Amino acid sequence: MTMTVLSWSLLLAQLMLGAAMLCTTWRVLRGPRAQDRVIGLDALYVCGMLLLLTFGIRSGTSVYFEAALVIALLGFVSTAALAKFLMRGEVIE
Amino acid sequence: MIPAAAELPWIVVIPVCLLLLAGSGLTLIGAFGLLRLNSFYARVHAPTLGTSYGMGCILLASMLFFSVLQTRLVIHELAIGAFVILTTPVTLMLVARAAIHRDRLEGKDAIPRAARPD
Amino acid sequence: MTRLLPHPLISAGILLLWLLLNQTLAPGPALVGLAVALFGGWTLALLDQGRPRLRRPDLVLRLTGQVILDIARSNLAVASIILGRRRGSTAGFLHIPLVLRDPQALAVLACILTATPGSTWVEYDAEEGWLLLHVLDLEDEESWIRLVKDRYERPLMEIFT
Repeated sequence: MTMTVLSWSLLLAQLMLGAAMLCTTWRVLRGPRAQDRVIGLDALYVCGMLLLLTFGIRSGTSVYFEAALVIALLGFVSTAALAKFLMRGEVIE
Repeated sequence: MIPAAAELPWIVVIPVCLLLLAGSGLTLIGAFGLLRLNSFYARVHAPTLGTSYGMGCILLASMLFFSVLQTRLVIHELAIGAFVILTTPVTLMLVARAAIHRDRLEGKDAIPRAARPD
Repeated sequence: MTRLLPHPLISAGILLLWLLLNQTLAPGPALVGLAVALFGGWTLALLDQGRPRLRRPDLVLRLTGQVILDIARSNLAVASIILGRRRGSTAGFLHIPLVLRDPQALAVLACILTATPGSTWVEYDAEEGWLLLHVLDLEDEESWIRLVKDRYERPLMEIFT
């Protein structure tokens, strides 16, 4: 019984996070401007990271945790680089 | 699917479920705001819902679940939490600065020309 | 003491993160973590950013609690704005005069304001101390200015002396 409740709420949480990822993807595709796309990408990787954590709870292993950590680390670097690019038009000066 | 979870007590499962739903709900509202709000500067505020309490609730759920499942303290999720909390303001500020710089270059109205009021 | 541990808080943070990621308190990983933490402190000292002098640990705790509470409150406020029916947007820019000058304290203030949903630090004028803030519900400018100055700026000025 506990397992049923847990797996149903996990499913619901994953559906909501998936919908959140769709919303942010729409923002990345539609723009209208470059900064909107960057903000959308930033939100997209956070949602993806949270989705991985829920997969980790579902499988009961900590393998997904490491993937989530890598996404968090790389997402920050990529957004910072993109913001720098928007500011000056080049990443390395 | 979750082999050992069948033996988990209700008192753990219910908070885990509630935290999961609250966290993913907040993240969804934030993402929906990214879709719905009508100007760039208003949209900057939306993702912070997901990166503050949305993330916090899901991390707490994960910590609680694994701590009880493995009967030891599992708190390495705190590393993700600390990292995201420290980096989100930095990226948002960078993007907001880049956006206002671009808007000023294009000579948009309704954008303040400097931090000092004129 | 200062030669060996130029940044005690940063070194402690690195050691804690190392132990968290290794998920153990065994002496081997702990020793490696200690070495990494010491090296991290020395590297930061080479950058020579100046050490922040933190006073009043009680105020640090109170400010942290306040920020956690405020973030929760503004999460709900922003969620209701997003889901609300009213289309008329009240978002807008706000100029705030700051007395705070310490760069590290300003960095903390910027992180607090941006991490809170509903307000974003956009620009800072270092010469005269003007802050350009963007807020999502700009109903009452005065109360926003008072909130930033009383709730965050004053404790930060006492903490970073």
